[in-house]
Amino acid sequence: MAYNVKLEVFEGPFDLLFHLIEKSKVDIYNIPIADIAEQYIQYIEDLKKFDLEVTSEFLVMAATLIEIKSKMLLPNKQEEQIEMELCDEDPRKDLVKRLIEYKKYKNIALTLKDREEVYTKIFYKQPEQFDGFINNHEKEIEDLEIEDLINAFNHLLEKRKKLSKSSINLKEIKRDEITIEDKIDQIKNFFKEHISLAFEELFANPFDRNEIVVTFLALLELIKLKFIVVQQNKIFGNIIVKRNIISNEV
Amino acid sequence: MEEREVKSIIEAMLFVWGDPLSIKLIADTLNLAPEFIRKCLIDLKKEYEMHDKGIQIIEVNNSFQLCTNNKHFEYIQKLCTPPQNKGLTQAALEVLAIIAYNQPITRPEIEGIRGVKSDKAINTLIEKELIIEKGRLEKTGRPILYGTTDGFLKSFGLNNLKELPNIDEFESLDFTDK
Repeated sequence: MAYNVKLEVFEGPFDLLFHLIEKSKVDIYNIPIADIAEQYIQYIEDLKKFDLEVTSEFLVMAATLIEIKSKMLLPNKQEEQIEMELCDEDPRKDLVKRLIEYKKYKNIALTLKDREEVYTKIFYKQPEQFDGFINNHEKEIEDLEIEDLINAFNHLLEKRKKLSKSSINLKEIKRDEITIEDKIDQIKNFFKEHISLAFEELFANPFDRNEIVVTFLALLELIKLKFIVVQQNKIFGNIIVKRNIISNEV
Repeated sequence: MEEREVKSIIEAMLFVWGDPLSIKLIADTLNLAPEFIRKCLIDLKKEYEMHDKGIQIIEVNNSFQLCTNNKHFEYIQKLCTPPQNKGLTQAALEVLAIIAYNQPITRPEIEGIRGVKSDKAINTLIEKELIIEKGRLEKTGRPILYGTTDGFLKSFGLNNLKELPNIDEFESLDFTDK
């Protein structure tokens, strides 16, 4: 006799457990654990039969079910618990709690899916290209020599030296040093709400050598990524860092 | 400047900018109070809705953006076959739901709720820029903390996280109900 077995794919042991509970139409707060455990193990056996991989999570759940089953077989005030409300002694309590918690997010996922369907049907326009337009009054990055940046950087280091001389020299051991990635994020975030800032402002607060270097490297990286442009309006003038309008990255 | 004019300018700015444009940036550019700009934006948004326009204005985290009305998807699809945006898998949606309501949250915590490994789903969500690393927990192994992005809000039509459906409503749902 030819017979087809359709094996559904489950997102994990909870998902399978739900399927079994729903199929048996039993009360989640009063799961006939022996019955459900048996169905659960049967399902795992089926998976094996079809050479499907049974992940460890499913096996852990099977073990948990068997454990609960055996606990419930123990003569533990069973008579009073025929109508078994979920009281503290009920070995199913923890499992049910987790099942309910999981079910909550499974339901939310469904709501999210509905919303996703609506909002993937919306289109956005790419930001305008303004290259020709911007260069009119101000010098672009091409006109700015790397030396200008280095000078500005040296200037900052000088300033820091002066500052550190005037204060007591304490060595501080820092645990978390800021990474270039962090700094890039910081700068990007800044440009979410601002158009431009002075080069020096970027280094306004930190007089920690590491952070100055990291900021400088982050800046170079962002220039390379064309996220920002650097401009200088006049010789020896302040260097202005601007968000690159051509970039569609936010 | 008259309110009408301000609205008109804002409309042009939104069109040009493409990306979500923050109230603050508009206010700074026009040299007007952010509260006033917000009012103009909300009015403008309502005007679009009232006249059943093909373009709408959406709000994401105090920023505003022009976009098409989803009602017209079918025709836009006919016109230009936009790239098929494959929806998220059930696993990814579950992980996203857990992160949205519990952020910042670590991977082991997510897996605890789902009862199953979730690294693949997490990676997909990071790739799609729906979630992002929000730092690390100061305990052994310094596990990464995940949170949702503005891209998440936009993809699900939410202004901010407070607009997420109330989680308690999902608790009382009937379990025998599929």
